[in-house]
Amino acid sequence: MTSPASTDSVPPQFSAGPRPAPGPAADEGLARRLRALACTAPLHDLDARKANLAGEYSVYGMAEVALAGIDLVTLNMDFDTGADHDQIVARLIPRIAAQAPQRPVAEHERVARWVLENLINVGSVDRGFRAVYGTFAPDGTYVRRDYDFKLIEEVPGPGGSVYLRTTDEAVNVLVGALDTDVTSAQIAAEVKLEVLISRGRLADAQLAAEQARYRTVQYSETLRRALDATRRNVRAVDWLNSVPDMIAEALDHVADRYRHENAILTNIRKARDESEDPEQKRRAAELVDIVKDCIRRHTQLQSRLLEAGPLFRAEQDRQAFATPMTTAGIDLYGHLVAPVLPLPLEQATRVTDAFFARGTGMRTPVSVRVGDLVDILLTPPMEREHLGAEMPEPDLIATPDDSRFSEEQLAAAKELLDLPADAPRRLSGLLAEARRAGGFDLAYLVALMSIHAASPPVGTAYRQGEEKLLFAVDDGTELDDPDFGGADLIVGTALLDALGMAADRTEAA
Amino acid sequence: MSEQVEWSDTEASPTPSVPAAVTPADAADAARLVAFGLQPKLQPARDQEYAELLRRYREDPPFARLADAVAAGLGLIVLEVSPRAGMAVTAAEDSVFAVRMGDYARRTSADGGDRFLHGLAHLALAAMAFPRPEDLADDGYIGRVSVNGVDAFVRQACRRLEERAEEVGENTDPATDAPGLEAAWRIWARRSAAGATKDARRLAGSTTGIVGKAAAFLTDSGFLQRTGDDNGGTYRTTARYQLQVRDMAGSAAMAELLELGVVPVTDGTPTLVPAADDDAELVADAGLPFHS
Repeated sequence: MTSPASTDSVPPQFSAGPRPAPGPAADEGLARRLRALACTAPLHDLDARKANLAGEYSVYGMAEVALAGIDLVTLNMDFDTGADHDQIVARLIPRIAAQAPQRPVAEHERVARWVLENLINVGSVDRGFRAVYGTFAPDGTYVRRDYDFKLIEEVPGPGGSVYLRTTDEAVNVLVGALDTDVTSAQIAAEVKLEVLISRGRLADAQLAAEQARYRTVQYSETLRRALDATRRNVRAVDWLNSVPDMIAEALDHVADRYRHENAILTNIRKARDESEDPEQKRRAAELVDIVKDCIRRHTQLQSRLLEAGPLFRAEQDRQAFATPMTTAGIDLYGHLVAPVLPLPLEQATRVTDAFFARGTGMRTPVSVRVGDLVDILLTPPMEREHLGAEMPEPDLIATPDDSRFSEEQLAAAKELLDLPADAPRRLSGLLAEARRAGGFDLAYLVALMSIHAASPPVGTAYRQGEEKLLFAVDDGTELDDPDFGGADLIVGTALLDALGMAADRTEAA
Repeated sequence: MSEQVEWSDTEASPTPSVPAAVTPADAADAARLVAFGLQPKLQPARDQEYAELLRRYREDPPFARLADAVAAGLGLIVLEVSPRAGMAVTAAEDSVFAVRMGDYARRTSADGGDRFLHGLAHLALAAMAFPRPEDLADDGYIGRVSVNGVDAFVRQACRRLEERAEEVGENTDPATDAPGLEAAWRIWARRSAAGATKDARRLAGSTTGIVGKAAAFLTDSGFLQRTGDDNGGTYRTTARYQLQVRDMAGSAAMAELLELGVVPVTDGTPTLVPAADDDAELVADAGLPFHS
């Protein structure tokens, strides 16, 4: 290693011979691009390695599946958890199926799992990738360096489950350049959303809205960490300047966003109501959901911001006004963890080894007596009744089939009543036809169903999003029939606007 | 002292100055007390005989010296003898009771990275359990840690270092043929935090798996008590753990660090405070949770 001072003392050598290599400044950009290039390598690798799989898999575009998978994980990850492994596989399958429709579904699923596992790189202990690239050191020597990166990482979720998250590398290189600055990225995302809505491009607007929500969650997470650190140590957080500044900034931010998102909400609602295309209506309805969620999260953030002051004072009371300690102890974080982390591995291991050797306590060594060992080895294994007690044979009694009408009759009646929407019929005609087809019983069933349709279950159909509904209306005509009396109802089918109802439901929610 | 003088005056007999001879029964009792100390999860309050021997240790100095001698002969160091911690003993270096890294986890001898990760997990657990120097010094303090919390805490510190390296434009990617020179934080940062396994257990090689192993091991040592399953398992500290970290591990690791020529700020004030002076390099404002 040369000291940096020696290079400083050398004047710029304009007249000297050709430099052995471009300077580190020029090299840095190259290194950055090499790293970006390395991030795409695992995707190319998938297509190169699919030939090695047992079976004929060349028909699948693995890089395409992988990119779709990364997009899915990015869009599905909530800040707190991440995307669910099985859910991603399920959502990938339609695209894989489209690539080879004649292949079995099991194979499609196998491809989805193979791609996802390779993106995580399950085989390596770090579950990541490594690329080697070369740079020139300041003294002109050529150094090969390892670049370690991950595309999809597994993170612990609540309840011990494991979720998937895309890494910054994957987002930056493979999803598209996302600014890492929370505030400005959010503003950018929202401006984009507004532009998209004003141009009526709702499909892209949904993507932007989901990104905006991701930023929103990230912001409140930042605050939560600050409060957590305050609980650990009040003095770890600068409550004189930086935190009050941040809280003020965040409150401004919430007020700003709230105004902004309400404006967006009004705009989307207008877009939704004015749009004729049902697909666009549905998308707009989903967008309303997302923006509402953003507003809800902002409200949450605001209430947390308001709690921050009281929490600080309570922790201040607990931590700062306690009786001062008499001896200066070791500050484990400041004196040990923080200085150790930047050390080279070799030196850091010496410190952690010393801590481990004296910090783990003691273990009483196990000693075995030969006599005991012989006894243990000769004892026959315990017979375990893992099947449990024998179950008594259940005594089954056949219940007589006492239904008034048979399944065939119900099917026949339903077929009769499956009327086209534009041609309602009189009950008398339906009854006559039923009597011809299935005698009195079928006619009786049709009569019952028609009477039921006089008060159609509109509420249920609305909630379940049904597309059509049988109805019956009395227009005052007397029914002329040998078996039945009353009004000759008009029976017809009403078509329901399922998409419109779905939109209404989401708005009401 | 004055009490003793008075007492000897009234009795007019100098017998207390003559030490009573050690009987085999005394030696058996002293060894029994040390044996209790070797069962770290045993609580003195739960066992009458243990409590009785502890009382005798504190009230009968010759007996105390005898018990200390038994412990020393076995290769044990007595940290504290008190009703709250019991007979807190720990293994001296090279004693048969000492825990060796090779027995603790596989792969640690072959892979320097894994060896470091296991050691750092123990260090970080202690740092999270006692975040302030006051907490480590205060006998009544009970720390609370969670497995996922420790991992997140180390990752946050690593991220700060990564950002700092980026700010000065430093290339932290290690040279290919010198893995020992890689910065320590990178080892933790690049290991995955969790991993899916076939039987829904924690992936042993992931960082939460490594921290979880450390927490389970310390629980077996009577240093932690498991309180719940949230956040990958939550634990609270025992008096023994505080003693062990304060009197043994912390100072040993500090000595090693000083030998490496790294001198942490040692003016007694909490280093988690963001310092305004030039020593900010070593002051751990990495504890700040902000990325800005």
